[in-house]
Amino acid sequence: MAEFVMPALGADMSIGTLLKWLKQPGETVARGDIIAVVHTDKADVEVEVFTGGVLERVLVDPGAEVPVGTVLAVIREDGAPTAPAAALAAPAPAPAAPARAGAAPHVIISPSARHLAEELGIDPALIHGSGPGGRIQRKDVEAAAAAREAAAPPPPPPPAAAPPATPPAAPPIGSAVEDRNVAMRRAIAAAMSRSKREIPHFYLGQTIHMSNAIAWLAQENLRRPVTERLLHGVLLVKSVALALREVPELNAVWQGDELVPREDINVGVAIALRGGGLVAPAIHETDKLTLDELMHAFRDLVSRARSWSLRSSEMTDPTITVTSLGERGVETVFGVIFPPQVAIVGFGTLVERPWISEGQVLICPVVNASLSADHRVTDGHRASAFLAAIDRLLQEPDQL
Amino acid sequence: MTRDEIKDAVLRALSDVAPEADPATLRLDADLRDQLDIDSMDSLNFAIGIHEQLHVDIPEADWARLQTLDEVVDYVVEKTTA
Repeated sequence: MAEFVMPALGADMSIGTLLKWLKQPGETVARGDIIAVVHTDKADVEVEVFTGGVLERVLVDPGAEVPVGTVLAVIREDGAPTAPAAALAAPAPAPAAPARAGAAPHVIISPSARHLAEELGIDPALIHGSGPGGRIQRKDVEAAAAAREAAAPPPPPPPAAAPPATPPAAPPIGSAVEDRNVAMRRAIAAAMSRSKREIPHFYLGQTIHMSNAIAWLAQENLRRPVTERLLHGVLLVKSVALALREVPELNAVWQGDELVPREDINVGVAIALRGGGLVAPAIHETDKLTLDELMHAFRDLVSRARSWSLRSSEMTDPTITVTSLGERGVETVFGVIFPPQVAIVGFGTLVERPWISEGQVLICPVVNASLSADHRVTDGHRASAFLAAIDRLLQEPDQL
Repeated sequence: MTRDEIKDAVLRALSDVAPEADPATLRLDADLRDQLDIDSMDSLNFAIGIHEQLHVDIPEADWARLQTLDEVVDYVVEKTTA
C-alpha cells in the first residue's frame, strides 16, 4: 500500500485544505493522474499521484484542513492484493488540524475573514461558510455581523452630552478575491523573508547582445501563423535551461544543511497574476523541450496560473526560477531566490543600445541578464560562467 | 461586417485576455497596455483571439505598432474590407 499525503506546495506551507476528490475509492489511478484539489494560501492546486494502482481508501473528507504530510488516502499499488472488506469502510474522520488562534477546531476560514471576525467579536464556529468546502469568507463574516445587528435590540438614545458618535466604518471590501490576495501576499512574505534571512545572496549581471536572436525570431514568426508565434522570452528560458547543464550546481535545492543536486532541469517561470501577486511554477524538463513545445507549455502555464488551476508537481518541482520584468521598461532585475532553490535569473527589457564591435559603433538590441545565487552553493567564478553560457547560447538561437 | 460588429468581436477577444476589463469604461484611444496591464503573453493571446474571431492574422511587425483599441479596430476593418 502507498500513502497519498498532503504535499508541501510551497517553501513555507505547513497546512492545506482538501477541497475535493477527483477519484473515488475503487477507481484505478495512474502515475501522474490528478486525484484531488488542495487549497493553499497561493492557489487551488490540482494534486497528482505518483503511484499507479487502485484508490483503496480516502482518509480525509473534503473541507478538512490538515498539516502537510497527513495521509489523505491509501493506494493499492499495481499487483498488490486487495484489502479486506473491513479496510474499505467509510472514511475515517478527518484529522484535526492544529487550531489557529481565535478559531475553533475544524473551522475553515480565510485569514482575512478570521481577522474580521476577531475585530467584530464573532465566533467563527457560529458562521456558515459559503466558500469551497464550507470555507468561511469575509462576506460570510459580514453577513453574520449584519444578522447579529438585526437581531439586537435598538440601542438606547444617547445622552444629550455624549460626544459625537464615531462615524460608521467604511463598508468592508469583502470578497473572495481580496481573501486570495491577502493569503498570497502572506505566502510571498513568508517565502521571501525566509530567503533573505537564510540565503547569503550574491548578484551578477551581464549585458547580452540580442541581434542574432531577435533577427532569427522575426524570421521565424514571419513564416508562422499567429497561433504558433514564439515570444523572445522562450529563447531566454531555454538558454537558461541549457546553461544549467554546464553549471549544474545551480540546478539544485538546499535542504537541511547541504546542497541536493537535481537531475531534471525544471525551470520555474515567474508569472504575475492579474490584480497582484505571483507564482513561479515549473516547466518540467525544460532543457529537453523544443522551442515550440516550450512555447506551448509556457502559454498553457500562464493561462492556468491566471485561472488558479496549477498542478502540485508544478508548484513543488522548480529547480531554478526565471523572472522577466522587462514588460514595462525595467532594465535590470535584482531577484530574491525562492527557497529551497539556490538561484534565480532575471531578465530586463529588450532595448536598443550602442554596441562596439570590431571598432564600429552599432545600434543593437540588448538585454540585461542577472543572476542571484546562493553563496553557500557556488562562487562568483562559476556563476559568471553560467551567465556567459546563457550569452553564448543566445548567439545561436537556431540551436536552442 | 460593420465597424461596430468588428469592435464587438475585438472586445470579446480582449475580455478573454483581461476578464476584469469593463468595456463601458475602456478608452478606445488610450494605450491598451497601460489601461489593462497586459503583458506580451496577454498581447499574443489577444492577437490569437482576433484571429479566431475575425480570421485576421496580424503580422508581428504590424501588431507591435497597434497601441489602442481604435487602432486595432481600424486595422481589422481595413484588412476585412480590402
